Amino acid sequence: MKVNVASEWLNSCSGCEISIIDMGERLLDVLQVAEIVHLPALMDSKYFGGLGDGTSLSIPSADVGIISGSIRNHEHLEVAREMRKQCGLIIALGTCATHGGIPSLTNSYHNEETLERYYNTESTDVDKKDKEHGYPSVDIPALLDSCYALDEKIKVDIYLPGCPPHPDHIFHALVSLVQGTEISLPDKSVCDTCPTVREGKGKLKQLRRFLESPAYGEPGEPIDKMRCLLEQGFLCMGPVTRGGCGGDGILPRCISARVPCRGCYGPVRHEGNQRLDMLNALASNGIDVKSLPESTSLLRFSGGHGMLRPKFKRKEI
Amino acid sequence: MGKVINIQPITRIEGHASICIHLNDDGNVEDARVNFMSLRGFEKFVEGKPAEELPRIVNRICGICPWMHHLASNKAVDGCFGVVPTPAGHKLRELMQTISHAEDKLLHFFFLAAADFVIGPDSDYAVRNVIGIVKANPELATQVVKMRQMAKMILDRFSKKTIHPVAGVPGGFAKPLLEEERVDILDKMRQILDFALFTMEFAKKEVFPKYLDTIQVLGVIKTGFIGTVDNDGALNLYDGKLRLMKPDMTFEEFSPADYTDHISEKIIDHSYGKFPYAKSWNEGFSMDLENPKGIYRANTLARINVADKMATPRAQAELEEFRSLFGRPAQATLLYHYARLIEEVYACERAIEILEDTEITDTNVRAKVEPKAGRGVGCVEAPRGTLIHDYTTDENGLIKSANLIVGTTHNLGPINMSVNQAARLLIKDGTYDEGTLNRIEMAVRAYDP
Repeated sequence: MKVNVASEWLNSCSGCEISIIDMGERLLDVLQVAEIVHLPALMDSKYFGGLGDGTSLSIPSADVGIISGSIRNHEHLEVAREMRKQCGLIIALGTCATHGGIPSLTNSYHNEETLERYYNTESTDVDKKDKEHGYPSVDIPALLDSCYALDEKIKVDIYLPGCPPHPDHIFHALVSLVQGTEISLPDKSVCDTCPTVREGKGKLKQLRRFLESPAYGEPGEPIDKMRCLLEQGFLCMGPVTRGGCGGDGILPRCISARVPCRGCYGPVRHEGNQRLDMLNALASNGIDVKSLPESTSLLRFSGGHGMLRPKFKRKEI
Repeated sequence: MGKVINIQPITRIEGHASICIHLNDDGNVEDARVNFMSLRGFEKFVEGKPAEELPRIVNRICGICPWMHHLASNKAVDGCFGVVPTPAGHKLRELMQTISHAEDKLLHFFFLAAADFVIGPDSDYAVRNVIGIVKANPELATQVVKMRQMAKMILDRFSKKTIHPVAGVPGGFAKPLLEEERVDILDKMRQILDFALFTMEFAKKEVFPKYLDTIQVLGVIKTGFIGTVDNDGALNLYDGKLRLMKPDMTFEEFSPADYTDHISEKIIDHSYGKFPYAKSWNEGFSMDLENPKGIYRANTLARINVADKMATPRAQAELEEFRSLFGRPAQATLLYHYARLIEEVYACERAIEILEDTEITDTNVRAKVEPKAGRGVGCVEAPRGTLIHDYTTDENGLIKSANLIVGTTHNLGPINMSVNQAARLLIKDGTYDEGTLNRIEMAVRAYDP
């Protein structure tokens, strides 16, 4: 018997869907055992019926519902709720769905500030804007007050973080679901899976911005010959980020490119705070946290769950 | 009181959009428009972030073309910090971008668009998709999956992370290309070029001739075009000057840094995305089908219309054949698909050229940069159109302001017009079915938004 799968993308970039396609020939194997009943990126099922005359949004029922993206507007919310209603299991695919992801950086601002900037850029026709009509609002969904991770609005059964999740993990998760076996995903930190050379705590006091190449010896040298990037003085989020980005190949991806980790798999524990945990880790190693140019970016992948909020403004009157 | 047809969501496209068609009492189209549903606000939330981090943040604008945002962003930061990438760094960036184009076009043609042509526009929605193609033509599908995966894995293995890449850095590239990698990638790109040429022939024999009638009418509008050309007027995807052409073929050329002198964006009440238009034509903005004003298009058809020629031989031969059939500029919207396959050939040929350049393996891939106050405009041709990132930084090299015009954005007005045209063409006296509505969506899909 085939497993029915419905898939949706909300406040997202489609990278998670491309990662599904990046399973390559394994995707063809998956299609032997999974029947896709709804997937706007690749197939033509419509919320309001094929003739566009339905009165309420509907999605076909399925055994498994895969949702990528965070929840940013009323349409996302309605689609997420309908998916929850129609699907036996909900998988949150990707860090936007599990923790808010990069778009949740918007949570540092009120909607008004974002709209004000976007509709007043250097290339926007500002004088013609009819202030009385306000911002665009006809037949487009209104924004929510914030950018939410999926589990802030609906119940989630399985979390598959990553920006995007590695195709290997997506494949293993789908196979486990079809076979009815337990899904096992990496739960260690990036650091725990990183083979770079660590010489231990010590002399480092200040962090440098990533404006020059780290030392890594000869070009073809494997990363287990390279000194830990944090010990070289570059901010690396490996200690506070869930590992697994390298898939079955294990080696952390960005570090393999000689570039420090920025935390795309979200916190090691689902409810962790990447900024707080990183600042603590730096301070306890005697590193001056003031050498960071700013710290909001440490939550760039996990600003949902109320982690990032607009600046408090004192009442004027 | 008439009726409203709500096509939601538009499917087999990358973004979030819907089509609203208003019919009058006689069942004819009163108004048809496209609503662009999403706003994420990158322009605002990158403020205050260290500029060198932006190439790793803004790539999340698009998971299909993250290399484009990554590289346009790197170019903009280079500009802010006043650094010129090393020659090898520059070439590695272009190599990644070009291979990414090659991968993207295979994805779009076969995974998103082909079902309308190979399975047919009126076929059942349950099979009118890539899965239907897999079942109907397993041999071709296996080959497509294999070739697209080969291109994708070149990027993945060398750069280590290709959905949301990190290997482009201000000043150049994060790691050099080894000689054995160069040889391996060159071999693979030659195989992908062969497949690109096969796809071109396949489409010219099996696809386009069958739909010639549809191509000549569906979604057809008359507009200007924008694209990047080199100093010889040849199409370039990575670098060059912008050429903005009117429907009558007269054109202006400018450096990307001067884009605000030529392009402006309109706020539209049924779209979060703004609609750009050619400000320098001094005729204002109108989406009137008979008499549009300021409307120009971007993406594949636009690029091959503005370019005098292609810089590589096979692509040039295809362009000449295309022009002998459809003239210049070609206005038929479905020809975007044809133009896409010509660019596919170019992208493969160009990647091979870069890989045959000995400088590509030079180990000096990254110039050191110093954060400082400045402005930088980074521009590349993304698969979906001319992509502009414009940043200013403060004295610490933190972002003061950012303005972005993303590839598809240029086409929002034209997409709206093509849908309006298609709806009026196809819906008469209240007669339409699911196939009709899918054909209207095909006018959107051609733009690959």
